[in-house]
Amino acid sequence: MQIYLPIAETSVNAFTLLGVGGGVGLLSGMFGVGGGFLITPLLFFIGVPPAVAVATGVNQVVASSISGVLAHLKRKTVDLRMGTVLLIGGLIGSIIGIWFFNLMSRLGQIDLIVQLSYVIFLGIIGALMLQESLRALIRSKNPTAPRRKLHIHTWVHNLPFKMKFRTSGLYISVFPPLAVGMGVGILAAIMGVGGGFILVPAMIYLLGMPTKVVIGTSLFQVTFVAAFTTMMHAITNQSVDVMLAIFLIVGGVVGAQFGTRIGLKLRAEQLRILLAILVLSVSGKIAFDLLWTPSEFYSITVPGRF
Amino acid sequence: MRAALIILLFWCALPLRAEEVIAGLSQNRVSLTVNFEGSEILIFGAVRREALLPADSDLDVIVAVEGPPQPAVIWRKARRLGIWVNTDAQEVRAAPSFYAVATTRPLRDILSPEADLTHRISTRLAIFEARGVSDRTDPAAFTEALIRIREEQGLYQSRYEAVTLERDTLFSTRILLPKTIVEGSYSARIFLVRNGDVIDEFETFIDVQKAVLERWLTNLAYEQPFLYGLLALALAVFFGWGASALFRLVRS
Repeated sequence: MQIYLPIAETSVNAFTLLGVGGGVGLLSGMFGVGGGFLITPLLFFIGVPPAVAVATGVNQVVASSISGVLAHLKRKTVDLRMGTVLLIGGLIGSIIGIWFFNLMSRLGQIDLIVQLSYVIFLGIIGALMLQESLRALIRSKNPTAPRRKLHIHTWVHNLPFKMKFRTSGLYISVFPPLAVGMGVGILAAIMGVGGGFILVPAMIYLLGMPTKVVIGTSLFQVTFVAAFTTMMHAITNQSVDVMLAIFLIVGGVVGAQFGTRIGLKLRAEQLRILLAILVLSVSGKIAFDLLWTPSEFYSITVPGRF
Repeated sequence: MRAALIILLFWCALPLRAEEVIAGLSQNRVSLTVNFEGSEILIFGAVRREALLPADSDLDVIVAVEGPPQPAVIWRKARRLGIWVNTDAQEVRAAPSFYAVATTRPLRDILSPEADLTHRISTRLAIFEARGVSDRTDPAAFTEALIRIREEQGLYQSRYEAVTLERDTLFSTRILLPKTIVEGSYSARIFLVRNGDVIDEFETFIDVQKAVLERWLTNLAYEQPFLYGLLALALAVFFGWGASALFRLVRS
């Protein structure tokens, strides 16, 4: 059954869409990630124009993180003060990202920029995750090895405008969280992701936040930044396709429910290795497309259309 | 069919020519509904003749269907620092978003280049390149690429011998509109050809429109983008939160 997407102005198989949404939902439930970094490239692969894939992907992030953030707010595992600082950075970053996205669209380079961001960020994150989880696996087999110190205080934390973050037990400059939030906002706008895969490690290793509040606070920031970015894409380049979004969201929500149950049965180290391999293979596939000599050297863009 | 009959009546009242063409479409309205996956249009008609059938030449029929023209930019990739990047671009002032030519025999066998130029029948002539001198060494390569890519997408079709002509009088052909067609008024031109020249021409239109919901969403997205964005968010919140609430309810 084909579904006509009114904004993308093409039709896509409905079951493929539900499959993409469901598959990514399953993985996101298993690994506890948003899945935006998988949805957007998968949409490219099935022929959705990149601009529509990015804008709709970020809309899907809102749906996949909203119930999580509500649950964390109820459990009071959100550092609202830190979340707000990260969010302010995120909104600034999103505006910069949207500006850059629209500029590159006009110059005909947006596909390249999106693909390059995926290769670089997924490549780095995937490699770091793989290294970290392999090390953890070795450590678990050799418990006498020394443990790494969790939070190292560096010069970055001593910049001016220090602020107390009581929930996280931190007294640091506002600049590091603002910068981290901004970086995530830029990525959300350009890549159509929530940015949790950057935000969570940055909060733990860079800001030194306690793991207890990391997930809730990152979900808080991601939800609002994704919502804001959706609005920005809708207003500046009309590339959000709600028909596409509904199919992805419905598939995703159902998939996530099953994914969560599967995730509980697997061991954390194994899960992280699997996720790292998944992230690396997505990055590898896109890198291959950029490096491999294309069969068609020409492409067409129609101004005002995707 | 009724439209064809009305046209037929009008046509009977017209002054006489040696051979005239009259045609109809299986549908002159295409709706881009939620399950749209392309549409096939039957174009049929007849040749009316006052004199005897000329014996010295062959009669051929050309059917050309053209979608609304759009400007376009054609990009060419080159390898830069190991990766393939869009480096050169050429603009086209107007290229039809859809163009199909169907004929009884190969176009170059039945139509003279002069007649092709006057009536702009072949695909190449339907594309208007940008005026002014190009700094490229091979501007034609870009236009050829445009045609090649759109042919692969089914947006441009050159289908020779796809028109069936029976007893030099009745003809018909089918034109497939792919799922990626854009909205607008599509023209269908039918030419009668003898000795390389067009002896009669008939034009009719197909109206391609998004269906009610699709139309509404597109209008909202372009005219009220703020409201559209809010709608997208509301749906995301509703489905995202609603579905997990539902699952929780089912489990407990």
